Amino acid sequence: MKPLTEVESAATENPVAGIDQTKGDFRYDVTYAFDAGTGLNEDTVRYISSVKKEAPWILEFRLKALKTFFAKPMPTHWATKDLENIDFAKIRYYLSQGQTPKRTWDEVPDDIKKTFERLGIPEQERKFLAGVEAQFDSEAAYSNIKEIVAKQGVIFCNSTEGLREHPEIFKKFFGKVIPTGDNKFSALNSAVFSGGSFIYVPPGVKVAQPLQAYFRINAENFGQFERTLIIADEGSEVVYMEGCTAPKFSTSTLHSAVVELVALKGAKIQYITVQNWANNVFNLVTKRGVAHEDAEIKWIDCNIGSRLTMKYPGVVLKGEGARGEVISIALANDGQHQDTGAKMVHAANNTTSNIIAKSISVGQGRSTYRGVVHLPKHLKGCKNNTECDALLINTNSRTDTYPAISVRGDRNATQHEASVSKVSEDMIFYMQQRGLSEAQAMSLAVNGFINDLARQFPMEYSVELKRLIDLEMEGSVG
Amino acid sequence: MSVSSPTATVGSFTREVFDAHLARVAHLPAWWLDRKRAAYERFTTSPMPKRTDEGWRFSNFQSLSLDGYQLPPAVTLDDVHHTELGVKGAGTLVFANQRVAASEALSADLQKAGVIFDTLQNALLNHGEIVREHLLTQPSKLDSAKFAALHEAFLEDGAFIYVPKGVEVALPLGVFHYICGEGAALFPHTLIVADENSKVTVADFQRSTRTTDKQFICGGNDLFVSHGAQLTYIAMQDWSREALSVQFNANIARRDARVLSVNLHAGARQARHESFSQLQAPGAHSEMLALTIAHGTQEFDQRTLQIHQAPNTSSNLLYKNALLDQSKTIFSGLIVVDPDAQKTDAYQSNRNLMLSEEAESHSLPGLEIQANDVRCSHGATSARIPAEQEFYLQSRGIAKAQADELIVFGFFEEVLGKIENQELHDSLTELIRQKFKDAEPVIQA
Repeated sequence: MKPLTEVESAATENPVAGIDQTKGDFRYDVTYAFDAGTGLNEDTVRYISSVKKEAPWILEFRLKALKTFFAKPMPTHWATKDLENIDFAKIRYYLSQGQTPKRTWDEVPDDIKKTFERLGIPEQERKFLAGVEAQFDSEAAYSNIKEIVAKQGVIFCNSTEGLREHPEIFKKFFGKVIPTGDNKFSALNSAVFSGGSFIYVPPGVKVAQPLQAYFRINAENFGQFERTLIIADEGSEVVYMEGCTAPKFSTSTLHSAVVELVALKGAKIQYITVQNWANNVFNLVTKRGVAHEDAEIKWIDCNIGSRLTMKYPGVVLKGEGARGEVISIALANDGQHQDTGAKMVHAANNTTSNIIAKSISVGQGRSTYRGVVHLPKHLKGCKNNTECDALLINTNSRTDTYPAISVRGDRNATQHEASVSKVSEDMIFYMQQRGLSEAQAMSLAVNGFINDLARQFPMEYSVELKRLIDLEMEGSVG
Repeated sequence: MSVSSPTATVGSFTREVFDAHLARVAHLPAWWLDRKRAAYERFTTSPMPKRTDEGWRFSNFQSLSLDGYQLPPAVTLDDVHHTELGVKGAGTLVFANQRVAASEALSADLQKAGVIFDTLQNALLNHGEIVREHLLTQPSKLDSAKFAALHEAFLEDGAFIYVPKGVEVALPLGVFHYICGEGAALFPHTLIVADENSKVTVADFQRSTRTTDKQFICGGNDLFVSHGAQLTYIAMQDWSREALSVQFNANIARRDARVLSVNLHAGARQARHESFSQLQAPGAHSEMLALTIAHGTQEFDQRTLQIHQAPNTSSNLLYKNALLDQSKTIFSGLIVVDPDAQKTDAYQSNRNLMLSEEAESHSLPGLEIQANDVRCSHGATSARIPAEQEFYLQSRGIAKAQADELIVFGFFEEVLGKIENQELHDSLTELIRQKFKDAEPVIQA
């Protein structure tokens, strides 16, 4: 067996950015040309809309959403009371140096460029990506798509550009998968959204390499509200990856995105998230996709950072034969609560969904699985499979499971299973007896626990994930 | 709908009705009357359940109204058509409209050994201390505080069972609660205290005399199983098809105690059943089983909580529902493992057998684990009769209707099979069979 230290050092020499918690913990001073100030009211929304030079219907959409946001109560009757610690009046809702992203890294202002260079984004782009968008606080600083992909008719830009340049496609799908009033935070996003990706893949086009977005929070007390819309036209395929980091401030930061996916007939979308916010970020994200006939939407969701994450990627299975899948990995360390899960709404015959969630709680970390599976009675041949496994490392670690499965009629089937366990002493003993230290043995066991899921990540990410877990396990034994 | 009205609803249970009830039980100890008065105040000030209450997720609120009920008059044994179960028992208590209507006393031996099997009213007068320590002393943890308060305020009489240290009652004790009359409201209760190393089996039958009466049942039971004791508690409810039923079960298992509770649900228009199990000392084991036959437009709403408060405890929950017609079931369960409860072994399973295109099942199996050295798992499935099993039996020459019947009764047997007393097992199986066949001949198709 290869000693773990070798893997570690190899990974350090060849860093893939955006996953290691410490890697994101730095910041450079940046002067912002546009600043909506602190606090939220109609003027904030008007300011954002005007600097973006938006069409009147968008401003109207935002203002309506703001009313919905104020009217909706915090969902603390089922969610953690920690939400009450968010002070909406102390957050800065829009910060940018300009609204037009640069096409080459040379044009990106130095102070922003060095952030992304340190995170390794340009390097990754050269190596294995079809396109990259790098968002710095409210706006994308850089956005580029490889020519060969652009020539196929693929659109990849930020949402501000998308709204301006492609309103005919954007407007048709925007806010349709996740309506403004879906929840308090989707309403907030709808009012103040800025940045995020807009992707359109034409019929039959299979994008060979992944498209990537990178989200960076740089300013203190800042709220990032990106809005992503991905449309895969008939028979097309696309893989999208997002990563995120923020420096660690003494005050908390809010990230509240809305991501909408539309997979038309026979299309496939794979959406990969590696979330590694600093552990004072409230990460409250609404993600949902609509899968039409024979389409497939797969969310691969990995949550390692943040103070509180509440995120339940969903798929509405709208067309016959559609397939939805959520693969979820969560790691909760001291002071973290990963409240993650999935939502599967079956709305057509012979649709299938699969949810596999694995969580690891370390120290006083708390991980929660929360899920909804819905099979209405007028349907037949629908199936859901849900598996949730939780691993508890320390005696004071915590895990919860809260699924809700509704089945109507006798022509559908669901099965749900969950288990909670710890790393077995026999396993640790065996590895120690083979010469591994207890910490190494623990890391290996934990990596083994998530190995089948980690393999579904792109290579670069799965290597980094393993390395990160090694780091998080350090000092957690004994 | 009055669910969100700012002033709490009391429905038919006004202060006048409460005062009249209190006057009828004025001979009972003062501490109990004080508790009833306090409970009534809690009832009047607590809000009705709301749609946003997690403990009432997916429940029907349309028919939760407390209007149109009255405390029923006394009736005779003949009025309730009491039929014995045909099981050889150690004693019987029959209540009709909450008043004792018949009883078969314990044998002289058991009485001499100190076993008490009496009405709650007599127990309050003669064994006040034991009752005071155990009756309704567990908190309402499943979001029905208003109904729990109502139950305590109007609880008139019920069964009391006490088994002293080291005494084993070989034959089952039978308790019957009947409700009779249109608009009747019933508050039945069964309190069982099994002292150290004792052993007892209690069967509690709850029935309406007619299937068409609008009725309201707000009942409860408290089961205390002390060190090394073993209790088997079997409850079967067959309320009127127009009844609203809200019932609570609380059980406590101490060191090396074993409690087995089996709940069979067949009646009511809307039946909510809450079961709260606490494993308080090492070696405690709680087995929570339920079987529901849902037909017509019946709604069965089952909420459970298993709390492991000490190391080395185990619990096993199995709730099986057979759903016909437009029926609806909700199972919401939670296993809680406290931080110190290492070596917990807990299991929770909900199986829904969908036998109709229009039936609806909701499963919410939950876990909250705060200790790491545990074995906890849960599972929930909803599906029709498995085609493979059907095919296998048919390939052996068994007709489809018969094959389905075999599979359905096999589904029930997994729960019923846990009842050790063979006579009791057989007679309950027969009751369930009958109930299922009366329900709807779907499997004859």
